[in-house]
Amino acid sequence: MRRSWLALLLVAALVAVGCGRGDDDGGGDPGISDEEIKIGGSYPFSGPASAYRSIAEGAKAYFDLVNAEGGVDGRKIKFITLDDAYEPPKAVENARRLIEQEQVFALFNTLGTPNNVAIWDYVNEQKVPHLYVATGASLWGANVEAHPWTIGWQPDYVSEAKAYADYLDKENPDAKVAVLYQNDAFGKDLLGGFEKAIKGTDIEIVADESYEVTDPTVASQMAKLADSDADTFLNITTPKFGAQAIAAAHKLGWDVLHIVNNVSASKLLVLEPAGLDASQGLISTAYYKDPASGQWDDDPAMREYKSAMRKYSRANPDDPFCIFGWGAAQTLVEALNGMEEPTREALMDSVRHMDIRVPILLPGIRVKTSGTEDGYPIEATQIQRFEGENWKLVGDVIQAPHN
Amino acid sequence: MERFIQVIVDGIATGSIYAALALALVLIFRSTGVVNFAQGEMAMFSTFIAWGLYAGGVPLGLAVLTTLVLSFVAGLVIERGLIRHFEGGEELTLVIVTLGLFILLNSLAGWIWGFGNRSFPSLFGDSTFTLGGVQLSVESIGIVAVLIGVVGVLFLLFQRTKIGLAMRAAALNPESSGLVGVRVGRMLMLGWGLAAALGAIAGVLVAPRLFLDVNLMGSVLIYAFAAAALGGFDSAIGAVIGGWVIGISENIAGTYVDFIGADLKILVPLAIIFVVLLLRPSGLFGTREVARV
Amino acid sequence: MSDRTLRMVGLGALVAFALLVPFLFGPYRVGQFTLVLAYAVAALGLNLLVGYNGQISLGHGAFFAIGAYTAALLIEKAGVHYLLTLPAAGALTFVLGYLFGVPALRLRGLYLALVTLGLAIATPQLIKRFDTITEGTQGMTVEQPESPSWLPFADDQFLYLLALLVAVIMFALAWSLMRSQVGRAVKAVRDGEIPASTLGINLASTKTRVFALSAGYAGVAGAMYVLAIGFVAPEAFTVTISLAFLAAIVVGGLATIVGAVFGALFIEFVPVYASDVNDALTGVIYGGVLILFMYLLPDGAAGLLRRLRDLVVRRRAVEKGRRPAVASPGPRVPAGRT
Repeated sequence: MRRSWLALLLVAALVAVGCGRGDDDGGGDPGISDEEIKIGGSYPFSGPASAYRSIAEGAKAYFDLVNAEGGVDGRKIKFITLDDAYEPPKAVENARRLIEQEQVFALFNTLGTPNNVAIWDYVNEQKVPHLYVATGASLWGANVEAHPWTIGWQPDYVSEAKAYADYLDKENPDAKVAVLYQNDAFGKDLLGGFEKAIKGTDIEIVADESYEVTDPTVASQMAKLADSDADTFLNITTPKFGAQAIAAAHKLGWDVLHIVNNVSASKLLVLEPAGLDASQGLISTAYYKDPASGQWDDDPAMREYKSAMRKYSRANPDDPFCIFGWGAAQTLVEALNGMEEPTREALMDSVRHMDIRVPILLPGIRVKTSGTEDGYPIEATQIQRFEGENWKLVGDVIQAPHN
Repeated sequence: MERFIQVIVDGIATGSIYAALALALVLIFRSTGVVNFAQGEMAMFSTFIAWGLYAGGVPLGLAVLTTLVLSFVAGLVIERGLIRHFEGGEELTLVIVTLGLFILLNSLAGWIWGFGNRSFPSLFGDSTFTLGGVQLSVESIGIVAVLIGVVGVLFLLFQRTKIGLAMRAAALNPESSGLVGVRVGRMLMLGWGLAAALGAIAGVLVAPRLFLDVNLMGSVLIYAFAAAALGGFDSAIGAVIGGWVIGISENIAGTYVDFIGADLKILVPLAIIFVVLLLRPSGLFGTREVARV
Repeated sequence: MSDRTLRMVGLGALVAFALLVPFLFGPYRVGQFTLVLAYAVAALGLNLLVGYNGQISLGHGAFFAIGAYTAALLIEKAGVHYLLTLPAAGALTFVLGYLFGVPALRLRGLYLALVTLGLAIATPQLIKRFDTITEGTQGMTVEQPESPSWLPFADDQFLYLLALLVAVIMFALAWSLMRSQVGRAVKAVRDGEIPASTLGINLASTKTRVFALSAGYAGVAGAMYVLAIGFVAPEAFTVTISLAFLAAIVVGGLATIVGAVFGALFIEFVPVYASDVNDALTGVIYGGVLILFMYLLPDGAAGLLRRLRDLVVRRRAVEKGRRPAVASPGPRVPAGRT
C-alpha cells in the first residue's frame, strides 16, 4: 500500500504544475522590458534530428556572450528553448506556449520545414516576429506579403542548387549526373532547385535515388548509382548519410566529380568519419567558416566564437551547427540593436532593412535585406573544394539574388 | 547477371546488419521470454563505450573485448536490478519498461557523447576485392563469419550444455524449473548478460559501416525485429536467415522493380513477413505453438 | 460510502473538471487538453483491442494518421464541413481495420505486434509516396473550426468543448459496449480462446470486429487531432506515436475505460515536464518516469484508483491475499510461457 501512496504523490506532482493564464506584461509589446528581451526557439533536442540541437547550443553561447557584455541596450536576452523532437504537433504546441504563456518578444530559429509550415500561419496571425528560421526552404522568402512576419536566414536550397548547376556548367557542360537525395522537404527542395537550374543546359540527371531518414544505410542506393553511366554525383544528404555516401563512393571506386551539399560538408561530422582520403576533391558551397577547417584558426571571429563556446557551452566548437546558430544569433542581436522602438513592428522593420557583416560568414558575404521585396537575408555562397586537410575556397563569392 | 549477383551479395551484407541485432533479440527471448525494446540502445551504448576506449588509446581488439565484458555485466545488473521486479507480472508492463529504457539510454548516450556522428574502425579492415566481377568486402565476409560463429555457439549452448538447458527451462517454465533445482534468477541474469554482450558485438560490427551516433540502432531495431519474426523468434539461425532474406528482397525490389523505389522498399520485407506469417504463424524456423486446453 | 456512489462522485469530479478547463486556463493549455482528448480516444480504441480483447497492436498510429489525413483532405480539398469529417474518418478506418483484422487473425503476440508495427512503418512512407494528394513532407495546413457567433466561446474553448463532446460520446459507447454481452464475449476471448469458443463465441468475428472498432476509434481521434493542431505532415505519424499509444494504455491501466484519459494526460504532459526540468536529459527523465511509474503502478493509474476506492469502501478483507485489480491473466503469450 505504501507504494500506492508514493505513486499518488508522483501523479499529483506531475499533474499539479502549470496552471493559470499567462500574465500580461502591461502596456507595450510582450517579452520586452527595460531589463530583458525574451526570445523563444523550438528545436529537436530529442528524436532523429537531435544532431541539430547544436544549433541551439551555438545560439545560446552567443546570447550568453552578449549578456556578459551588458546585453542589448542594457537588456539581457533570455533565450527560452523547447524541444519538439522534430514533430510538427509539438512545434505547434511550443509556438503557442512561447507566444501565449512565456510571452516572448519574438520567435527565433525554429528548425525544420514542416515544423515552420505548421506554425507560420498562427505566428503571423499573432503578429509575432518569426525570425531566421533554421531551414533553407525557399518558401520563407517567396511570398513575403502572405507571411510578413516570417523570414529565413541561410542561403536557401534553391540558390545552393543553382550554384552547383552553374559550377557544373563551367566545369563539365555535358555532365551526366547521378543524385542521392533525402526523401523530405529538404532533399526535394534542393533536387527541385537543381532540376530547374539545369533546364536549358546540356546537363542531365541520368539516375536518382532517394533514402529515408529512418533508413540504416544508403549502401544499396549508392551501389545502384555507381552502376549508372553518370560522371558526376550530386550528394543531397544530412551528415550521417553524407558520410556513408562518401565512404561508399570511395569503397566502390566510383571516382566521379562528387558534389556534396552544404549541410553535409562538415569536416567534423562528415569528412572525418568518412575518411579524409575519401574526401579529396569534394565540391560544396559554403557561406560560413567551418570551425574544423584549419584555415580559420587565426581568424578573430573564429577565435571569439571558439572561446565563447568553451566558456558557455558543453557542445563541441568544431560542430558546424554550433557556428550556424551563433551566426543567426548574431544577426538577431544586430536586428535588435537596430530597433528604433522596443516593439515587434520596429523589430520587423529592422529585420527587413538590414545590411550588415556577420563575421563568421565568409568574407564578401553580407546579411542584406531591403524591404519586403527581398525575402532572403543571405543570398551569396562560394564554391569550395576539399584538398588535403581542409576546404579551400574556389573562385569568387557568388551573389545569387532572387529577383 | 553479374549485377544480379552483386545485388544479392549486397543484400546479404545489409541483411547481416539486421541479423546481428536480431540474434541478440532472439537470445533474450529464448532465455527470458521477454522482448526487449531497448536491445538496440544497449548495443549502441556498448559501442560508444568501445569507441571511448579506442579513442583513449586502447587497441581495438582489447577495447572490444573489454566492452563485451562490461556489457555482459551491465546485462546482469539490468536484469537483477530492474527487470527482475517485473518478471511474472503483466507482460505489457515489462514491454513498457523496456521502452522506457530505450528512451533513457538514447538520451543518456547523447548527454555523455553528444548527438553528432563519428567513425568507428572496422575489426576486419577496409579492403575490398573482386571475385568474378562481383565486389566483396572483407568486412562483410567477416560479419557473416561472426554471425555463423555466434549461431553455432548459441546452438551448442542451448542444445548441448547443461546450463543452456537450464536457461531454456527457466524461460519456459520458471515455477517448475525452480522446483527441480534450476536457479531461475541466475539463468535470467545470464540470459540478459549474454544478450547484452551479443548486442555489443552487433554494434561493433555494424558501426563502421553505419557510423556511430545515438541513433545507430534506432533504424536497425525494426529490421532486426522483422528478421527475428521472420525466422521465428526462438531460432538463432532463423534470425540470420531472416535478416538475409530481408536484405536481399529489399535490395532486389529497390533495384529491379521501378515503381517501388527507395521510399517504399521497406514494404517489401514487411509484405514478405506478412505472407510468411500467414502461412507459418511461428516464422520460418520457429517452434510451433501448441495450446493446451 | 458504497462503491457505486464513490464511482459516481469520481466520475462527476472528472466531468466537472473537464468542463471547467476552457475557463480556467489560457488558450495554450486548453489546446494541450484538446490534444489530450484526441489521444484519449485513440488510447481507448487501442485499449479495447489490447486490454479487453487480448490482442496487440503497435501500429495504431497508422489508423490515427489515416483518420487525420482523411479529415485534412476532406476539409482542404473537398470543402467538407469539419463535423462530417469525424464520422467519415472513423468509418474509413473501421473498414480498413476490418480488412486488416481478417488476415491478422492467424497471428498472435509478437508476430501480430510485428505485423502491426509494419503498418506503422509503412504509413509515413505511403503518405510521402502519394504526395500529389497529401502534399508529402511539406505538410498540409488545415483550416481549424471557428467558434460560431451564436456561442459565447473563444475559438480555443469551442474547439476543446467540441472535442470533449466527441470524446464523451466515444467513451460512453465503449463503456456500454464493454458492459454488454458483446463486451463479455470480447473479454472471454482474451481470457481463453478455446474455452470461449466452446461457449459458442465466434472467435474470428469477435476479434476482427474489435480490431475494426479500435481502428475506427483511432481514426476519429486522428480527425480530432487535425482539428486541434491544424496541420498534418508525415513526420507527425512515425512509429513513435504508435508506441506512445501503447505506453498510454499501460500507464493508464489496461482494460479500463478511464485509464485512457490518464494515459493520454501522461503522454502529453510528462515529456513537456521532462524537457522543462533539463533539456539535455529529457529522455533520461521521461524514460525514468515511465519506468518508475510501471514500478509503482503496474496496473496503471486506473489500478491505483481502484485500490484507493477499495480502501475507502473497506473491502480489504476480501482483497487480502489476492492480487488486486486486473481481472485477467493478460494478453495471450506464445506457448511455453506460463
